[in-house]
Amino acid sequence: MNELATTTALQNQLLQEPFGEYSWILNILFYAIFIVFIFYGQRIQMYIMLREVEGSLYKLRYIKDEGRKTAIETIKEIGKPQADPTARVDRFLEYFTISPQSLDPAGVVWKLEHILDVRDTRFKDEVKLMAPAADETQANNLENTLEAAMALNYIYKIIRHFYLLGKKTLSLYIIMQIQMILPLVMREAEAYASALKAFAYGQPIGDGAGALVAAKLMHGNEIRKIPKDCVVATVPIEGRTAHVIKAEGPGGNVGKIGEAVKIIIEENEGKIATIIMVDAALKLEGEVVGEVAEGVGAAIGGPGVDQFKIEESILKYRIPVNAVIIKEDIGDAVSPMRKEILDATDKAIERIKQVILERTKEGDRVIIAGAGNTIGISP
Amino acid sequence: MSKASSPTTTKISSFMLMIIFIVLALSLTAIILAINAWYTPGQELTAGYLLLIGVLGVAMSTYILFQTKKRMLRLKIEAPSITTTIECRKCDFKSIREFQRGDYIFKEVEPCQKCNVNMLITAIYREVKERKRERFPF
Repeated sequence: MNELATTTALQNQLLQEPFGEYSWILNILFYAIFIVFIFYGQRIQMYIMLREVEGSLYKLRYIKDEGRKTAIETIKEIGKPQADPTARVDRFLEYFTISPQSLDPAGVVWKLEHILDVRDTRFKDEVKLMAPAADETQANNLENTLEAAMALNYIYKIIRHFYLLGKKTLSLYIIMQIQMILPLVMREAEAYASALKAFAYGQPIGDGAGALVAAKLMHGNEIRKIPKDCVVATVPIEGRTAHVIKAEGPGGNVGKIGEAVKIIIEENEGKIATIIMVDAALKLEGEVVGEVAEGVGAAIGGPGVDQFKIEESILKYRIPVNAVIIKEDIGDAVSPMRKEILDATDKAIERIKQVILERTKEGDRVIIAGAGNTIGISP
Repeated sequence: MSKASSPTTTKISSFMLMIIFIVLALSLTAIILAINAWYTPGQELTAGYLLLIGVLGVAMSTYILFQTKKRMLRLKIEAPSITTTIECRKCDFKSIREFQRGDYIFKEVEPCQKCNVNMLITAIYREVKERKRERFPF
């Protein structure tokens, strides 16, 4: 109590001395601010958060518009369409995919695969209609560009939805949850923004690290196509026969690595000593870009269909599966390949050779599968 | 290629600028008044208050001005510079140039200047200049 009295007296003295007879105004102002903050503190905080979300929304809108513009310009440049593709692009940006019902999870992977196949065919048909003059590689790159623009459009819409919902309901919790995840969402949006140009120009991206490793291994050897959208080469490595698999490039394509691995295993009647999967993987903060790590399991991203297929095949013949990953963050994964990642592909090849020497015998057959988007990487 | 696209939403609002400059002007006036008051006998405390208000005002308005400018810069999408490395398989001659549309890794390009064998694109990459790392003990 004494301390409070002393503080009030000191405050009164400090306020009264310099402003003389008008000090009561400052006193009232002081108490008014105090009371306002007691009753409206949360609301003020909410408005500050809304302002922050609004700022990011402006940026997202700008990025989204740039994405749309890039897609339209690239289609006009490469596809040479007779009519203006703007309306068709706008319609494409609104496309959605409904994932299969998983109340009864048995067989959901096949249903998901079918839905993804339908989606893929639909996208390819749309791109053909939008850009009739584009060859297969360019059409694949255009498809990837449009998908990046679509992702940006979706992110913008989701953030706008929560912003407007928060503004309408003035619910602190709606605004707070969107404000809290905003830095991560913005990072992802910025990553897609840099991916747009890479896809439009057909530049290799960070996600293609696994495909590049496979391409380096198979370079100079005979290559054959295998379903779906994949290529395989039989390469002698350290006295073993390696079947190197990757998606078919240089257009933007991830292929069906799971299907390809299954085919090669069946072709060899399951007589495969080991499978080595190479892929780019998300690094944790503090880890170095381009760090190579080794482990076990099917290293492959995407919706999970390919991973499931590989796991099914290896289980049938009890084939051990090893993984070599190249670490990078989400921004590096979808933007043009960094030099560190490019250099890491050579380290990954060394690691693969080491695994082959340690885990297999001379004369054995192995599968090396490089997963990831093969844009800008041939074959 | 390496140009930054020119955005349409990067203008600082003129209303915002007006407020910032009014606050800045008032703060500078407060600092001048503080100096005057300091030399007036018995007004030292007033001078202190005015100086505090002035300094706070200047700090706040410059901070907001820099933040707005920073936000404006962040709105630009930077297209990084991409390098293509071309190598001759025969004589190991290496040439580096800027990426051109249609380039891809393992593409055969123009013949080598030395041995006239078709050269090969062996790398396409971007170099990132790392900002000075913050010092973490981990």
